[in-house]
Amino acid sequence: MSFEDRAVLRSFSCGFPRGKISVILGGSGSGKTTILRLIGGLVHPQRGRILVAGEDISTLTETQMYGVRHKLGMMFQGGALLDSLTIFDNLAFPLREHTTLSEADIAAEVHRQLDAVGLEDVDDLLPGQLSGGMVKRAALARAIIRQPEILLVDEPFSGLDPISVKRIEALLDSINQQLHITMLVSSHHIPSTLRMADHVVLLFDAQAFAGTPAELQHHLDPHVAGFFNEEKDTTFTFESPKSGIRVASQAVTVE
Amino acid sequence: MTFIRELGWAAQNFVFHLGRITVFGAQILRAVVTPPPRIRPFINEMFNLGVLSLVIICVSGLAVGMVLGLQGHNTLVRFGAERSLGAVVGLSLIRELGPVLTALLATGRAGSATTAEIGTMVATEQLDGLRMMSINPIHLVVTPKTLAMIAVMPLLSALFIVCGLAGGYFVGVVLMGLDGGVYVSSLENAVDYYDDVFGSLLKAVVFGVLIGLISTYRGYTCKPTSAGVSAATTSTVVVGSVTVLIFDYFITALWGV
Repeated sequence: MSFEDRAVLRSFSCGFPRGKISVILGGSGSGKTTILRLIGGLVHPQRGRILVAGEDISTLTETQMYGVRHKLGMMFQGGALLDSLTIFDNLAFPLREHTTLSEADIAAEVHRQLDAVGLEDVDDLLPGQLSGGMVKRAALARAIIRQPEILLVDEPFSGLDPISVKRIEALLDSINQQLHITMLVSSHHIPSTLRMADHVVLLFDAQAFAGTPAELQHHLDPHVAGFFNEEKDTTFTFESPKSGIRVASQAVTVE
Repeated sequence: MTFIRELGWAAQNFVFHLGRITVFGAQILRAVVTPPPRIRPFINEMFNLGVLSLVIICVSGLAVGMVLGLQGHNTLVRFGAERSLGAVVGLSLIRELGPVLTALLATGRAGSATTAEIGTMVATEQLDGLRMMSINPIHLVVTPKTLAMIAVMPLLSALFIVCGLAGGYFVGVVLMGLDGGVYVSSLENAVDYYDDVFGSLLKAVVFGVLIGLISTYRGYTCKPTSAGVSAATTSTVVVGSVTVLIFDYFITALWGV
């Protein structure tokens, strides 16, 4: 897979276990989001096959893909909520489009999903009026409202404070436990990955390493194992002698 | 050599976009006949593109009509033909200025807004979000906007012409002292319903198709960055305006409108 002259995924092959949480881990630009977009049929591979629930989607037309996407739900990194619709209408939208439910049933389902993701009194708010964490939770609610077989979650923890990270993490975990949805989560957040993942695909140095978090943590390749332990070992320092500012790891001192 | 290379690149780029916009137009046509009909988005777009353009169209029409009335009167009076002012103002507005200036104004106001809106939806992955919900964005977003543009253009053009005629009347009759009956009868005698009025509406419909297609295509295919949206919006205004003027010549030459 490449974008213009830039190759993103080369000789890439992997599978994701049904009903489990798989986390695609890797640095920025390693192709995590591209894998999710390939599975969703939003981009097409130059070569190779993509099997979604046993069906090869790499040769399907856009119209045929709409049928496959009934099985998929996707939470985008920025939420991708329709900014001209209220949160209620955003969640009700797929139900109005694809089901024959009455407005009362739709309202009940929307509120059930909003409760599930911990959002209250947001019916009449526009996406622009919510915080980043709330937008992600609303997007998650929309992604699962039609109860997909496979949920694609793109960078759910990016730009969030630690409390929101844990809340989203718990949400994904409980959704997986209750609905048994196959989840594919792209992330570069290692602590969350270690806590929630059943299966990890690490994209590193143009290669893919797959296994359980424990297996990859003790991988024979020191770089792979180091990827997981990097956060503990890394000491980050920034010094600006002119301004007298020194930033070290977690402490900031001004002299 | 550089000039030839750039010329070749520009030609290749033109053919590429011509092909893509043709396919895009075919997708819109297909979406028009695909259920469910998007009545509510269509009406919303009629409001956005039509009703919200009323003020600019009325003010511009009035101003153009007044200028035409003033220039026409000052010229005609030299030949003692000021009684033909109604015909001059009417034919100029109905045949050319009405549909063309309305189209240029619509490109600048409604066309650019359409491109910016769709482009922003591309940049914020809203269209991808629709695709992932098995909803075709061309069906839901693009088609109502294009159809609304086609529907409002003849209405806006007619309004522009009426305001222009009123502006011409005001200058000719109220300010220059021409007889009101003379102005109206000159207008009535000169304007042919089929050749002039129908032709004018035909032009407006064609311009509506062009602006609707160009503005939605530019937004839909823009790069998903703020710079990409900005470039697409600028491109809509430039390409849309030039295309309207070129097509105006060909419609006039072919149909004598």
